[in-house]
This record gives sequence, C-alpha cells and structure tokens, in this order.
Amino acid sequence: MIEGIPMQHLLIVSLFMFFAGVCGFIIRKNMITILMSVELILNAVNINLLVFNKYLFPEQLQGHFFALFVMGIAAAEAAVAIALIINIYRRLNSINVEEVTEMKY
Amino acid sequence: MALNQFMFYLLAAVIMVCSVLTITSRRILRAAFYLLCVLIATAGIYFMLDYQFIAGVQLILYAGGIVVLIIFSVLLTSHISQKFAKPGLARVIPGVLAAVAGFVLSAMTVLSFPFQPSGQPAIGNDMRTIGLQLLSVEKNGYALPFEVISVLLLASMVGAIVVAKKEKSKEKP
Repeated sequence: MIEGIPMQHLLIVSLFMFFAGVCGFIIRKNMITILMSVELILNAVNINLLVFNKYLFPEQLQGHFFALFVMGIAAAEAAVAIALIINIYRRLNSINVEEVTEMKY
Repeated sequence: MALNQFMFYLLAAVIMVCSVLTITSRRILRAAFYLLCVLIATAGIYFMLDYQFIAGVQLILYAGGIVVLIIFSVLLTSHISQKFAKPGLARVIPGVLAAVAGFVLSAMTVLSFPFQPSGQPAIGNDMRTIGLQLLSVEKNGYALPFEVISVLLLASMVGAIVVAKKEKSKEKP
C-alpha cells in the first residue's frame, strides 16, 4: 500500500484510463488505434485488480495472479489482432473500419 | 507533501494526460508513443504498490512487446506522415457522452462505497511465493488458470501464424 494515498485515488486514475479507452474505441476509425484503445482498457483493469489485492485482501495474491493472466490474454489478443489487420490490409489495401464491409450481408 | 505522494500524483497525471492524447492524436505513430508513456507510468504505479514482478512483466510484455508490435504494424500499413481527418461530430458526441456518463457514474459509486479491508497480515510477494502458488494445486494455488492460459497462448500463436501467412497461389503445383 502506498502510504498517504487513499485507495479511491488509484481507482479514479484507472477509471479515467478505462473510459478514455472506451471513448477511443467509439471515435476512432483506424483499426490499429482501436487496438490501442483496447490495450488501455485492459491496462486499467489490471491496475484495479492489483489495487484491490493490495488494499483490501493483502493476505492472498489473487489479484496479482489474475493481473498476470490478463496480461497474457492481452498479448495473445494483440498478436491475433495484428495478424488479422495485416491480412485485411493485404486484401483490401485499407484498415479503415468503414471500408472493411466485405462480410456484411 | 511527502515524496511518494508527489511521485504518485506525477504518475497519475502522466497516465491521464497521455491516455487522452492516445485517443485524440491525429498522427498514429505519436498515438503509439503516448500509449507507451501510459504503460510505463503504469509500471511505475506497480512499483509503488510493491509488486515488482508484475511491474517487470508490464515493462517487458507491454512496453517491450505489444507497443513494438503495434509500431511494427503501423509502419507496415500506413504512411508515417499521414494525418487522420478529424472524426465527425456524429462519432465524437456519442463517444464522449458515453465515456463521461460512465466515468461520473462509476466515480460516484467508487467514492461512496464503504470498502472494508480484511485487516489480515500481508503475504509476501517475493518470487518464491509467486512461483509456488502459481504451480500449486492446493488452496491458494493457480495451476488450472496457468495451464488454461498456456493452451490459449499456443492456440493464438498458431492462429496468428495461419492468419498472417501468405496464401500459396493455386496455379503452381
């Protein structure tokens, strides 16, 4: 626990980061920037898990381990998403979400 | 103000400013750089919370791996000097509205909720404890999620290679 810092301040920081990610997910058009917004969201969740672990349940390491697993999932997600983005760029020559509509019926 | 408080508020300010710049910057490479700043400041907060292992993993995996992957794909798919057009109001208004409404609602909940610390003595989070708990199947063991995530990582590795692979043209034998 950080001395002199209440838990709520850390939670507000991570909330801000989370909703910045949500906002970016909605307003961005480029697929890579949307991926960056998703990374922001996952990172904010990680801060939350660790803060709850440290301030509320210091006798266990649950938040610690699940933050570790979230990081692994974020890495897997980024790898697959970038493979998809590169494949889409190769086929359609654009990664703008408004132009990638081939699979719409 | 004590030094650790100053440090925390500095890191918090870096996180807030850079995460807003990440989603508003119109040059994509700068957005990736601001994302890097956010991730490194987050690692600083983990160090302040005394989670050295997570902070190291954050620096290696996010700052070293994912951001490099993102910059790599930026360089493959777009021109560096290209600027995005300004997003239209039809997109900005719902986005900002959703974010602000969600932020205010959650912040009110967080500030009014009575959190109850368990008050038990803290467990050490040195490498020995982490390694023993990660591979233990007893109480406080995390062997099952560890195995599940290893299968997930293998599957996503195979999937990424298959998706990104060039298709062989069918004329050649």
